[in-house]
Amino acid sequence: MNWLLAVIQIILFISLAPLLAGWLKWCKCYLQNRKAPSLLQPYRDLLKLTHKQPVVAEQASWIFTISPYIIFSATVLAATVVPLIAVDLPTSASADVIVMVGFFAFARFFLALAGLDIGTAFGGMGSSREMTISSLAEPAMLMAVFTLSIAASTTNLSVAISHVLDQGLVLRPSFAFALFALILVAIAETGRVPVDNPVTHLELTMIHEAMILEYSGRHLALIEWASQLKLMLYGVLIANIFFPWGIARSFAAEALAYGLLAIVCKLALLAVLLALSETLLAKMRLFRVPEYLSFAYLLGLLGLLSHIILEAAR
Amino acid sequence: MILILAYCAVLLSFASGLLALMMVQRNSLIAFAHYFFQKKLGNNKNCQALIFSSLDEHRFPVLLRQAVFVLLGLSGIFAVLAGLGVLVAKEVIKDQLNLGLPWLPWHVRFDSLSGFFFLIIGIAVSAVSLYGPGYVNGYHENRHPFAVLGLFTGFFVAGMLMVLLADDAFFFMIAWELMSVASYFLVAFQHEHSANRRAAFLYLLMAEVGALAIILGFGVLASFSDGFTFDALREAKLSTTWASIAFVLALLGFGMKAGIVPVHVWLPEAHPVAPSHISALMSGVMLKVALYGLIRFCFDLLVEVRWQWGVVLLLLGTVSALGGILYAMMQTNLKRLLAYSSVENIGIIFMALGLAMIFMANGHPQLAALGFLAALFHAFNHSLFKNLLFLGAGILHHQTHELNIDMMGGLIKKMPQTSILFLVGCMSISSLPLFNGFVSEWLVFQTALQVDVLDNGVLRSLIPVAAAALALTAALGAACFVKVFGLIFLGQPRSRSSEKAHEVTDKGMLAGPAILAALCFFIGIFPGVIISLINSVAGQLLGQTMPNDSALGWLWLAPVSAEQASYSPPLVLVAALIAGCISFWYLRRNPATVMRRAETWDCGFGGLTPRMQYTSSAFTMPFRRIFAKVWMIDEQINKDRYGAMDQEVAAVHYQLHVQDHSWPRLYQPIAQGVDSLARQVGRIQTGNIRTYLGYSFVTLIMMLWVIS
Repeated sequence: MNWLLAVIQIILFISLAPLLAGWLKWCKCYLQNRKAPSLLQPYRDLLKLTHKQPVVAEQASWIFTISPYIIFSATVLAATVVPLIAVDLPTSASADVIVMVGFFAFARFFLALAGLDIGTAFGGMGSSREMTISSLAEPAMLMAVFTLSIAASTTNLSVAISHVLDQGLVLRPSFAFALFALILVAIAETGRVPVDNPVTHLELTMIHEAMILEYSGRHLALIEWASQLKLMLYGVLIANIFFPWGIARSFAAEALAYGLLAIVCKLALLAVLLALSETLLAKMRLFRVPEYLSFAYLLGLLGLLSHIILEAAR
Repeated sequence: MILILAYCAVLLSFASGLLALMMVQRNSLIAFAHYFFQKKLGNNKNCQALIFSSLDEHRFPVLLRQAVFVLLGLSGIFAVLAGLGVLVAKEVIKDQLNLGLPWLPWHVRFDSLSGFFFLIIGIAVSAVSLYGPGYVNGYHENRHPFAVLGLFTGFFVAGMLMVLLADDAFFFMIAWELMSVASYFLVAFQHEHSANRRAAFLYLLMAEVGALAIILGFGVLASFSDGFTFDALREAKLSTTWASIAFVLALLGFGMKAGIVPVHVWLPEAHPVAPSHISALMSGVMLKVALYGLIRFCFDLLVEVRWQWGVVLLLLGTVSALGGILYAMMQTNLKRLLAYSSVENIGIIFMALGLAMIFMANGHPQLAALGFLAALFHAFNHSLFKNLLFLGAGILHHQTHELNIDMMGGLIKKMPQTSILFLVGCMSISSLPLFNGFVSEWLVFQTALQVDVLDNGVLRSLIPVAAAALALTAALGAACFVKVFGLIFLGQPRSRSSEKAHEVTDKGMLAGPAILAALCFFIGIFPGVIISLINSVAGQLLGQTMPNDSALGWLWLAPVSAEQASYSPPLVLVAALIAGCISFWYLRRNPATVMRRAETWDCGFGGLTPRMQYTSSAFTMPFRRIFAKVWMIDEQINKDRYGAMDQEVAAVHYQLHVQDHSWPRLYQPIAQGVDSLARQVGRIQTGNIRTYLGYSFVTLIMMLWVIS
C-alpha cells in the first residue's frame, strides 16, 4: 500500500510538471498583455515531439543519444526523494537530500557532456556556463539545506518536514534566511530570469538552451520534461519545507486529497510569484551571476549562523 | 599464516625487482645454461630446447617482462589476501626479524589498519601488473632500460608494504626511505629531459625534508620513552606542548608525502613525468601510505588526540581540497591535472580525519568512528579511481603520444572500450550517485552535519562552512571532469594524432583498468562490503565502530540512525533502471520515429572545423574570471597585423600561463634564504690552508676543553 502510494506520488509529480509550466506561461502572458495558450499546451508540445523523428548530428556519439534518458531518469529519481502530498513514504528513506543534489549533479554531468559531444561552439559554451553556475549554486543550496538539517538533525526530507510540522508556526530567522537562499538558488538552477532565459535563443545569453540546441524529437521531449520536472521539484521543496502545512501525515484518503489540494494551491501561488518576478526583472549579465549566487550563499551562511547563535545557543 | 602471506607479498615484489635485473644478463644466462646442461642433464633435449628458445634474442625480453609483472601481480594478490585475512580475523599479529643491526631487530606488527592499506596496495598493484607488460613495450630498450624500471618498481612496492608492517621507528624509516628513493629513480626514469630531472630532484628534496620531519617527530616521542619500538612510544607521557610539537612534525613530514597544500608542489611536477603505471601507483597508493603514517602517528602513537589538531587538519584539508581542484581545472596536461586532483582528494580525506579528531577529543567516539570511516573509505575509493584514471591516461598517451587535452577529441569513436572505462573513472571522481566516490563524500557530509552535539560555538559554525566548501569542491570536481572527458573523448579530433588513434590492442592494458572500474561501480552499489571491513579497523584503533542501523537491513546505509539519514544504492539503481527502461521502451516503440543522422547545425556558414570547438582554456574561462585571485594568471593576446595602417589582422596569438601561488610566496623566499645563508657560510671558507689549520686547532682546543 505504502509503495503503491509512493508510485502514485511519483506519477503525480511527472504528470503535473507540464501543467505547472503551462500555468507559469499563462500567468506570464496575462501579466505581459499577451494572449495565453491553453494550460494544456506543454502536454501537446511533448506529445508532438515524441511523434517526431529525431535528427541527430553526425558528430554525435552514443553519449548524445543516451543522455536524455539519463537526465530524465535522474530527475525522476530526485523527485522520488521529495515528499509531494504525504510524508513518511517508503521511497523517502532510500535517499536523502544530499543524494537528491547528487541526482541533479548526475543529470547535469550528462547534459554538459552532451553539449560537448556535438563539437560545436554553442554546445561547449552552454556546458561551460552551466557547470560554472551550478558549481556556485550547489554550495549555496547545501548551505540552506544544512541549516534545515542541523535544526531538524536529519537530512531525510520527510523527517525534516515532520519536524517543522511538529514545531508549529514559529518565526525562525534561520529559516527565513534559508528560504531566501533556496529561492535564489532555485531560480539559478532551473534557468529562469534573471540568470537564464528559457524562451530565448539569443546566442550570447544562452546557457541551458545552448547545450540542447542539437536535440530534437523524443530526445528534446525528455529534456524539456526533465527541466519542467526540475522546476516543479524546486517549487515543492520550497513549499513543503518552509510551508509544510496541509501535507498528509497519515495515508487516509481524505488527508491525501487535502494534501494534493494544498500542494497544488502552493505551487500555483509560487508560479504567480515567479511570473511576476520574471516580468519585472531583466536578465543579468553572465558575470553578475557569481555575485548573485554568492549572495545566496551568504544568506545560507547567515541562516546557519543565526541558528547556531540565536536558536541553539548553549 | 596471515603474516606469512604478507611476507610473501614483500618478498615477491623484491623478487620481481631482482628478476628485472636479468634483462641485461642475457649472455651470462646463456653461458650458465650451457654450463648447466653440460654438467647435469645433457640428454634431455626437450628441456634444453625450451630453455634456449626462451633465451632467444627476441623472445627473451618479452618473456622476462611478463615474468616480472607476474611476480608483481602475485605480490599484489598476496597483499590483498593478507589484508583481507587480518581484517576478517580482527587480530593483531606481532613478530620480530633479526635483520639490520644486531642489537636492533626489526619489529613487525600486522593489524587491521595495516591490513586495510595492504588491501589498497594489493588491488592497485594487481591492476598495474596486468597493465604493465603492454605499456612498457612502448619503451625503447636502449634508451629506457627495463631493468631499471622493473628493479625500482619492485623495490618501491616492497618499501610501501614494509612501511605498513613496521612496528619500530628504525624499521619504519628504513622502509620509508626505500619507498622514497626507489620512487625517485622511477620519476627520473626518462631523464633525458632536463624538466624531468628537475622534477625528480624536487621530489627527492621534498621527500627527504619530509623524512627529516618524521624522524624528528619520532625523536620527540622517543625522548619521553625508553626505546624506539612503537609499543614503547605508545607509553610515552607527553605534555600538551610536546605532543603538539610531535603532531606538527608528523603533519609536516607525512603531509609533504601526501601532498597537502602548501607542500604539494612536488606532486604536479613528479607525477606527469613518471611512466603512467608508476604515477598510478604513486598517486593512488603512495599518498595513502603517507596517510597511513599520519593515522598511525596521531591515532595510535599519540594516544590522546586534541581537538585543536583536528581543526588544523580540517582547515588544511579544506584549503587543499579547494586549491587542488581549482588548480586541476586550469591544467591542460592530463597527468598534471590528475596530480592536482589527488591534492583535492587528499584534502577531503584530511577533512574527514580532522572531523574524527574533533569528535574524538570532545568525547563522541561513535561520531569519531564515522569520520574515521569516511576518511578511510575515501582513501580506498580514491586509490581505485585515481589509479583507473592514470592508467587511462597512460593508454591515451600510448595511443596518441599526447597528454595535452587540447590536442585530443573525438576519441570515443576510436577507442570505445577505453572511453567507457575512463567515463566510469570520471563519474566516480565527480562523486555522482551510484558510484563509489559519492558514498564516501556522503559520509563526510553526514559526519559534518552531526556538529550539533559539540558545545564549542566556533566549531559549530566552522564545520558547516567547511562542509559547504566541500560541496563547492565536489561541484568544481564535476565541472573539471566534464571538461576532461568532454574534451578528450567527445567532439571532433583536434589533432592528427588523435584522428589516427585506435583502440589499444593489448588485452592486459584494458583488463587492469577494467577491474578497477568494475570495483568502482560495485562498491558504489554495495558500500557495506568495504564499510564492514573498515569498521574492524575503527574498532581496533578507536575502540568504537560505526553504528550502522541494522533495522533497515544490509541494503541500506544509515550511519547514525535511520531517522537522520539513509541511502540505499541498490534501490536507487533499481529505480533508475526502471525509469530509464520505461522511457526508453515507450519512446522507441514507433518504428516511424527511428533516429536519422544529419549534418550538425553550423548556423548556415558551412563547414564546422575542430578549431571552432571549445578548448580547455575556453571551458574554464568563467572559472578563471570568478576565482581570479587563486592563480597567478599571465594572459597575453598578440595580433599579427598587416596592410595599410596596420589595420588588418592576419593572426591572433593567445598565450595563457597559470601558475601556483606557492612558488613565489613560499618556495622562492626559502630558496633565496638558503642561498644567502650559504653565502654567509662561504665567508669562512677562505681557501687559505693556514686559516683551515687555525680552525682545526681551535676546534681541537674546544673539544679538549669540553672533555676535560
